[in-house]
Amino acid sequence: MSSTTAAKPLARHAPRSRSPRRRWTAERVIFTTLNTTFLVALATLMIYPLLNTLAISLNDGMDAVRGGIGIWPRVFSLKNYEVVLNMNTIYQAFFMSVLKTVVVVVTNLFFTSMLAYALSRKEFIFRRPITLVFVLTLYFDAGLIPNYLLIKDLGMLNSFQAYWVPVIISAFNLIILRTYMKSIPEEITESARVDGAGEFRTWWQIIMPLCKPALAVVGLFVAVGSWNAWLDTLLYNSGDQALSTLQYELQKLLASSMNAGANSANVAGNAASVGSGGQLTTPIALRSAITMVAAVPILLVYPFLQKHFVSGLMIGSVKG
Amino acid sequence: MTDTTVTTLVAATGLEPAPEPVSGSRAPRRRARTRAPKEPRRKITWDRIKAQRVLLLMAVPLLMYQILFKYVPVYGWAIAFQDYKPGRGSIWNQEWVGFENFVDLFTGVNGERFRRVVINTVGQSVLTLVVGTLGAIVLALLLNEVKNAPFKRVMQNITYMPHFLSWVIVASLASVALSLPSSGGFINQALLSVGLVQEPVLFLTEPNHFWGIVAGTSLWKELGWNTILYLAAITAIDPSLYEAAEVDGAGRYRKMFHITLPGIRPTIVVLLIINAGWILSTNFELPYFLGNGLISERAETIDVFVLRYGYQLGNYDLAVVAGIFKTLVAIILVGSANWAAKRLNQETLV
Repeated sequence: MSSTTAAKPLARHAPRSRSPRRRWTAERVIFTTLNTTFLVALATLMIYPLLNTLAISLNDGMDAVRGGIGIWPRVFSLKNYEVVLNMNTIYQAFFMSVLKTVVVVVTNLFFTSMLAYALSRKEFIFRRPITLVFVLTLYFDAGLIPNYLLIKDLGMLNSFQAYWVPVIISAFNLIILRTYMKSIPEEITESARVDGAGEFRTWWQIIMPLCKPALAVVGLFVAVGSWNAWLDTLLYNSGDQALSTLQYELQKLLASSMNAGANSANVAGNAASVGSGGQLTTPIALRSAITMVAAVPILLVYPFLQKHFVSGLMIGSVKG
Repeated sequence: MTDTTVTTLVAATGLEPAPEPVSGSRAPRRRARTRAPKEPRRKITWDRIKAQRVLLLMAVPLLMYQILFKYVPVYGWAIAFQDYKPGRGSIWNQEWVGFENFVDLFTGVNGERFRRVVINTVGQSVLTLVVGTLGAIVLALLLNEVKNAPFKRVMQNITYMPHFLSWVIVASLASVALSLPSSGGFINQALLSVGLVQEPVLFLTEPNHFWGIVAGTSLWKELGWNTILYLAAITAIDPSLYEAAEVDGAGRYRKMFHITLPGIRPTIVVLLIINAGWILSTNFELPYFLGNGLISERAETIDVFVLRYGYQLGNYDLAVVAGIFKTLVAIILVGSANWAAKRLNQETLV
């Protein structure tokens, strides 16, 4: 399934619902103009904060404190990024974020799709009760402290395991994949069976390749979720700096500057200069740079993945 | 903590029976409801279990895994009935106090704070949900009127983008946007330049603005994303309905109100049911990141209370009580929303 699937019915219906004699009436001109203006304004509002932060991060730190930077740096400087990349913690956290994301995506896709395969088989006797156990967890949550205690009792505090072991299956993605697999004609699995393939083999060599679009989308959601997570680091791995992640480092920075902001009732704290290795910058510029470092990987892959996710979101429902 | 991605995702996942939104126009919908007779219950016999041993091997260990990580932690609920002191070691080594913590949290010394926390959670969630739903419906309707396909695609892609940024980043962007003009606060700058305010507003130090800030920021992040399902539902509406309406002389707005909106009603209902369960769980990150001492009376939500007061300050027992309360309310809410939808003969979730 590609993104065109979602658009296709629209394209197909469009000529029919739009009668050919439709003309540019005054009402239509006014509506289209207003609509276009509104949408462009909205889109501007959506990207302005990012462009603004990018401009601040590329601006000289001391100068940025004067404010008034729009979408273009006033005094261009790469110093903020130099400082960020010279901070060992950020550097390390970046790679931990990448490593964690890769491991989570691989394990999560493997286990979730294996279970989805079993649950997609109509003849599987425990299909319903097992599905129910997973669907219930969408709303049933023991809570933060009990979850923390479990991880602690399993001896996974301050370990890399705390990042991926608890999340090898996600109920939502399970349902998406299962629905998608259900839509694959049963004849395919049957003929594989006739040819002597066992269940594992049918799953890995027949079903998985057919599920590529669904796997791509689910993998994408998992990757975004893992990259963006910060609470797991705070709860389970904040005791070990080597296990810190980019989002958590940004969160700490945000927390300290928010407190500074609240205490002085303005953000005067921003005027103080910070730096390492003799390079000076300011908290606001530094935070902007780290924000960009945390956002850029997603913004970079976004153009490549955006054509997949809408179709992916539809997979489960259209075929359900 | 619940990610808001989830809200949209579940809708698309076709929890049985598949939520109808995207699956077609009215006629097939009716068919769908009468169709799907329950598959005949097959007897579980030893032979069948043996025949399916590979499937069992694929599923049962993962079932055990899920039970371990999602259901077993319930043993931690024991803390709710204890005077928990982390220093005493395991939870089996604690002093049992019955319902004292419940009484404390709901009526006692912490009662006032907890009531405020619940009000904040519900207030922020409901406001976010209402604003978000209305915004997404309006945007979907407007995008649907765009006939220029490339322009429409560009607009969609730009509005989806913030959804992929983390809450930490969004909070960081928001805190800059809402600050004083001298710190880059362009919202204040804009308000000043059009003369709406005489002097800059200290948004994040003014309690009364906070619910609006949460709703507005969430709207910014999820607006485009939430339109996906509505747009899909609109696409699935039978075009002959529009033709018929046009023949009858209906204009753009009549068609919107009498065909498009009723056509996406099942989608709206399903999404509201799904979200009902998360009323007490949404909006964790923003109040946690943006809230501060000056505005905590309006900012602090249950999840923030659990994390700050419970986990970080070591009041495990009260945090667990709050967590139990949250889970029970979520299940009751989903159940009743589902029941109500059934009574109204709408699409249901389970």
